[in-house]
This record gives sequence, C-alpha cells and structure tokens, in this order.
Amino acid sequence: MAFPSSADRPALTVTSAKIVIAGGFGVGKSTMVASVSEIPPVNTEAWMTQAGESVDPLSDSSAKTTTTVAMDFGRVTLAPDLLLYLFGTPGQPRFWPMWDDLCRGASGAVVLVDTRQLESSFPAVNYFENDSDVPFIVAVNLFDGKLTHSLEKVRDALCLDERTPLVTVDARDRRSTAKTLVTALSHTMKSTPTRA
Amino acid sequence: MTANPWVRPYVLTGGRTQTNHQLYVHTLVSAKHFDARAAAKLSPESRRLYDRVRLGPQSVAELSAHCGISLGVTRVLLEDLASTEHLQIAEGAYDSPFDHRLLKRVIDGLSELG
Ligand SMILES: Nc1nc2c(ncn2[C@@H]2O[C@H](COP(=O)(O)OP(=O)(O)OP(=O)(O)O)[C@@H](O)[C@H]2O)c(=O)[nH]1
Ligand SMILES: [Mg+2]
Repeated sequence: MAFPSSADRPALTVTSAKIVIAGGFGVGKSTMVASVSEIPPVNTEAWMTQAGESVDPLSDSSAKTTTTVAMDFGRVTLAPDLLLYLFGTPGQPRFWPMWDDLCRGASGAVVLVDTRQLESSFPAVNYFENDSDVPFIVAVNLFDGKLTHSLEKVRDALCLDERTPLVTVDARDRRSTAKTLVTALSHTMKSTPTRA
Repeated sequence: MTANPWVRPYVLTGGRTQTNHQLYVHTLVSAKHFDARAAAKLSPESRRLYDRVRLGPQSVAELSAHCGISLGVTRVLLEDLASTEHLQIAEGAYDSPFDHRLLKRVIDGLSELG
C-alpha cells in the first residue's frame, strides 16, 4: 500500500502496530515475544522500577528481589514502512495498573495460559473481558508438545465466551507464534466494524 | 509549555502528567536531521533520547528502555523535543488500531514470517 507523501513530514511514513501478550506468571509470554522478535527481549528493569514508583514504591526489598524482568517487548519489521511491536504484560499484581497503558492503542491481545496453572491467567481474562476494548483470544501454551486438557475443558474452566477464539501454541516456535498472532488480528477484524 | 533544557526531568515533569500527542508505548519517534549544536544544549536525558533517535524511527518504549529513562519522563521529554522541532512524533497512517487496512497489512506480513 502506498502512503501519500507529505511535504511537511517527509521523514515519517513508517507505521507501527501493537499486539499485547498477557497471562499469568511463567506461562511463556517472554518466550513467545522472543520467538518472533528481531531485537533481543529488552530488559526493562530500570524502566519498570521507576515507572512503578508511583504505584507501589519499591522500598520493600523482598518485593524487589522477585522482580527480574517485569515486562518485555519485541519488534518485528513486517515491511519497510510497517513495524509490529509485541508487549508482554507484567504478571505481578503490583504492576497491573500498567496494563491500561500497555493496552491502549493495541490492535489485539493474546492471553496465554498454562493448563497446569490455569488460575494464574484468570486476571488477564477478566481484564480483557471487563476493562478493555481490545479484542482478545486465548492461547494454550503447549509446554510439552501435547494438550493435557481438552480445549473444551479449558474453555469451561475459563468461562470463555463462545465467540472468543481458543487455540494452542508452541510459544518457542516462530511459526506457531506468528499463526497465533494472525488469529488474534483476524478476531479483531471480525469484532470491529470495517471502518473502525 | 516552555521546555527549559536545564531543568532536571523529574522537576520538569512535576506538574505534567498529560502529554499533547497520543504517545502510546509503540508510537514511533524519528528525527529529520541531527543538529549537533542544539544537542549540546540539551539536558543529559534529552540528549540521550535525541542521540538514540538518530539510529532510525523507534518506539517510545524502546527509547525509554535503551536510554534508561522511565516511561513517564521519556514521554514528557519527547514532547518537548517535538515541540522544539528536534524530533517528530508519528501521527500514524491510520486513525484506529482496528482499521481493517492496517490489520490486513499486519496479517499479511505475519503470514509471510511463517
Ligand atoms: N518446554 C517448554 N518450555 C517453555 C515453553 N514456553 C516457555 N517455556 C519455559 O518456561 C519458563 C517461563 O517462560 P517465560 O517465557 O519466561 O514466561 P513468562 O510468562 O514471560 O514469565 P514471567 O514474565 O515471569 O511471568 C521459561 O523457563 C521458558 O523457557 C514451551 O513451550 N515449552
Ligand atoms: Mg516474562
């Protein structure tokens, strides 16, 4: 697609889009971001430490030791004029206030779940169902290559709406991740008017 | 809003939590040209951001992470750098993240990745 060139903004024709990867602690968010990102996962510890200050001062040293990488993001150049950013949401409750900021302007979201600890992803499902306008899908990360619970059971346990796509993914695999992201954006297309 | 380049960012942001542009974490920032003289007059933080943008269009989040400046402060400093024409903040080619033309392009791009 050609963009009309603008005389007063000659340097800037590159567009960015964003997809959010949410889910509980250790479900594979960083792994999924890294599987397609062209930049190494960015360590945002310094950034998060400061950004989190107003929310929850990190004076408590025990809390601090559990903060390794609170959030990460990756980038995929899809075309010379199109960049896709993937943002993993921080799983720890004290960083939840950051979700609004991360999700604002997102084209879609993937809630990643681990069937061995489904409940750790409940807050993420709740968030996208109730507190966000960003359409989301749910993806079961297949840690050992096979599904331990049927998708129907997972859907029931999460009380997922029939219209919310539920898929499986191997978060380590670039192809599988890309396919999941396509599913997320296709869902956004279906859930939003043509002229959004 | 005047941008005094000598004020520390934490002071600078004191009364300012809102920015004029829609500065998402993934909003792209770029520079038309690099003005070394102007750069020399910037605060260390602004200068780090300005230097980094020379590498090419980057997101607000990347700039924040690479320059070691918190997201909130980064946003305010980028606004100031944009208002003094040091930098440009991308308005985005589409009005909405749900614009189907944008979604289609991203889907096509991702499909080629596999
Ligand atoms: N075998 C296997 N291991 C995986 C897979 N996905 C992630 N892991 C491992 O599981 C652990 C947690 O994965 P992460 O990607 O760090 O999970 P996360 O959601 O980013 O975790 P937090 O950011 O700490 O909440 C890591 O040791 C990964 O290497 C997978 O598909 N298969
Ligand atoms: Mg992680």
